Amino acid sequence: MDLRRLATLFAVAVLGLTVWISERIVAPPVPGGRVHVIYWEKWTGIEADAMRAVVDSFNRSQDKIFVELLTISDVGNKTLLATAGGDPPDVAGLWGANVAQYADDDAIVPLDSWCAKYGINRSQYIPVYWNTGFYDGHVYALPTTPASTALHYNRALFRSARLDPDKPPATLDELDADAAKITKIENGHVEVAGFLPAEPGWWNWGWGYVFGGRLWDGNSRITANDPANVRAFAWIQSYPKKYGSTELQTFRSGFGNVSSPQNAFMDSKVAMELQGVWMYNFITKYSPNLDWAATPFPHPADRPDLKGVTFCDEDILVIPRGAKHPNEAFEFIRYVQSQPGMELLCMGQRKHSPLSHVSEQFWRTHPNPFIRLFADLAKSPRAVQDPQLALWPEYQAELVNAFDEVMLVQKTPQQALDEVQARMQPKMDEYLRRMKQRGERR
Amino acid sequence: MKNRPYAQAIGAGEPLPERGRGPAPHRRSALSRRRTATALLFASPWIVGFCVFLLYPLCASIYYSFCDYSVLRPPVWVGADNYRTLINDEVFWTALVNTVVYAVLALPSSLVVALSLSLLLNARVAGMALYRTFFFVPSLVPQVALAILWLWLFNGEHGMINEALKVIGIRNPPNWLGDPNWSKPALVLLGVWGVGGAVVIYLAGLQDVPQHLYEAADLDGAGWWARTWHVTLPMLSPVILFNLIMGIIGTLQIFTVPYVMFPGGSPARSTYFYTMYLFDNAFIYHKMGYACAMGWIMFALILVLTLIALKASSRHVYYGGG
Repeated sequence: MDLRRLATLFAVAVLGLTVWISERIVAPPVPGGRVHVIYWEKWTGIEADAMRAVVDSFNRSQDKIFVELLTISDVGNKTLLATAGGDPPDVAGLWGANVAQYADDDAIVPLDSWCAKYGINRSQYIPVYWNTGFYDGHVYALPTTPASTALHYNRALFRSARLDPDKPPATLDELDADAAKITKIENGHVEVAGFLPAEPGWWNWGWGYVFGGRLWDGNSRITANDPANVRAFAWIQSYPKKYGSTELQTFRSGFGNVSSPQNAFMDSKVAMELQGVWMYNFITKYSPNLDWAATPFPHPADRPDLKGVTFCDEDILVIPRGAKHPNEAFEFIRYVQSQPGMELLCMGQRKHSPLSHVSEQFWRTHPNPFIRLFADLAKSPRAVQDPQLALWPEYQAELVNAFDEVMLVQKTPQQALDEVQARMQPKMDEYLRRMKQRGERR
Repeated sequence: MKNRPYAQAIGAGEPLPERGRGPAPHRRSALSRRRTATALLFASPWIVGFCVFLLYPLCASIYYSFCDYSVLRPPVWVGADNYRTLINDEVFWTALVNTVVYAVLALPSSLVVALSLSLLLNARVAGMALYRTFFFVPSLVPQVALAILWLWLFNGEHGMINEALKVIGIRNPPNWLGDPNWSKPALVLLGVWGVGGAVVIYLAGLQDVPQHLYEAADLDGAGWWARTWHVTLPMLSPVILFNLIMGIIGTLQIFTVPYVMFPGGSPARSTYFYTMYLFDNAFIYHKMGYACAMGWIMFALILVLTLIALKASSRHVYYGGG
């Protein structure tokens, strides 16, 4: 055998060995005979650890299915593309807001038959969390961990402004008055803000709900310029009008990331913020000495019936269309929905449970001192979920842009919302027309 | 075979078959076919890649631009609906105007700065290799890292740029990232920082300017400006045209940096560029057909602008070779 042939043979052998070794390294340790269920999830850190504990517990609990949890960035788009490519995961952990769009795109399968088979139904859940996965008469998703929002306030800043830290604002008038007392301006420069409607900025689209507004009629009509929404945006604009648009923009630009010690709330730059149940995790990690508390978000003084408005969202589990092991995938989802599975997960992520029945031990051992408040708020009839519209991402972008224009005092609230209405209604009509054209619109 | 001349070995020296002679054409074509097959085999990785990853998607995107297509459902033919809707889509026009305004601001400034820098870096000064490296390095920084870095530099509260402006007496420096009037200029400034690639191309062009032209200019008593205006720039004109066309293509397709620095094109869509809206339509709103239509409109726009640039430059660009 000449040298060249030997070298070629050697190269081929090395290549083959490399492939074999890499496969051995990355291949999951699937115990023989079990069905291998691939589960894509977005989480990292403690959230991923909590779900890993549930997955491990499920894998130990039986000997027929092995779930492999893979953390995937941008999981929504990747699931969509993998589904389009015919090779989706068996289970995907998406966001509640994805349900309508993904269901309309036929990217996820209804879970009705499995739910019926295993007796999973609405009565076992806090209504808003069941509704998030329920779309167009079908169950498309079941929850993992939920979240509701409340007003978080810095008790130390309350004290320094001679406010009673045990008497947080109950109405928006009180909120504005407290905010004005806490806000510090030196040489025209905002040093501390009592409250900023743009912080943290995740519900800029939804302030209308606080005033009793709604974003669509549940059928075919967009209601962006509903009078209550306009009133909400007028309240928002009162802040830049009072403190100066440029001054607030400059002040906000100095804030760090949400999950960092430079977070405006944890850094005592903003005294009151609408925040979710997860805030406790950030505070314990980045600012453990912060003296804070949570309370329901204030309501308009003339609308006591709007007490308890909270924005609810949840992470969900879905089975993408074309999943290879849908039955086994649902077995895992069912395990997560069980009370022990759900409490293990929610305790790990330090959130409340989406289930209506929770063990006493869960409440007793939960580290977040305000966890019952978040669960109670989620049960409120004023609990708000993202509109179940396939057009929601586009609509949301329009509302966020209107919010920007109002905060920059470029437009009046009425102008900004009229423009959203004028842009979105034709898109809604077009969407309904095309769905009808496909013969699929309800 | 051992002593066969190389030309003959590769077939170049074989006698041409005479007309009417039997088996020669057959042998020739068999050999020729084999060689073509071998050549195609070697080129096949590129050919397959080109067809699968470029040609097919290109052709498919033309078709999809006339369809209601969300990627997961089969495309439904809607004729020119997507194009008609685009014409009436306010956000489309906002994104297009933002992009053109950015291109109009960024292109000339980048061209002028890159050209000026290359003229300076072409001087015979000690340590020039080091200076050239300093100016080239920023163009190697990955786009996302670049965006994060400039987020901090432009920070309205603690940014180095505003601190520097305060030092020179500007009491209220702009809020680059939060003020719609300053967000695009901020991106232009950032673009100028990354002109290293264009500088290198200019420098290569400057090396090719014949010395005898400078000597002739010297004999005519030309100063620095006259030499630059009458010799350097004309001889560099093909390179300037190249950078102009690449600049048109690049600025009209700006995406990564504003996508990272200005989520959603904030503030108030002042940095919402064409490609960002295209991306949102394709991957956030799941309107792939609509996004394809946008892609083809952008292609047409770039094509037209490039042809205009080529046509308009024909009288001003001097090609040394003829």
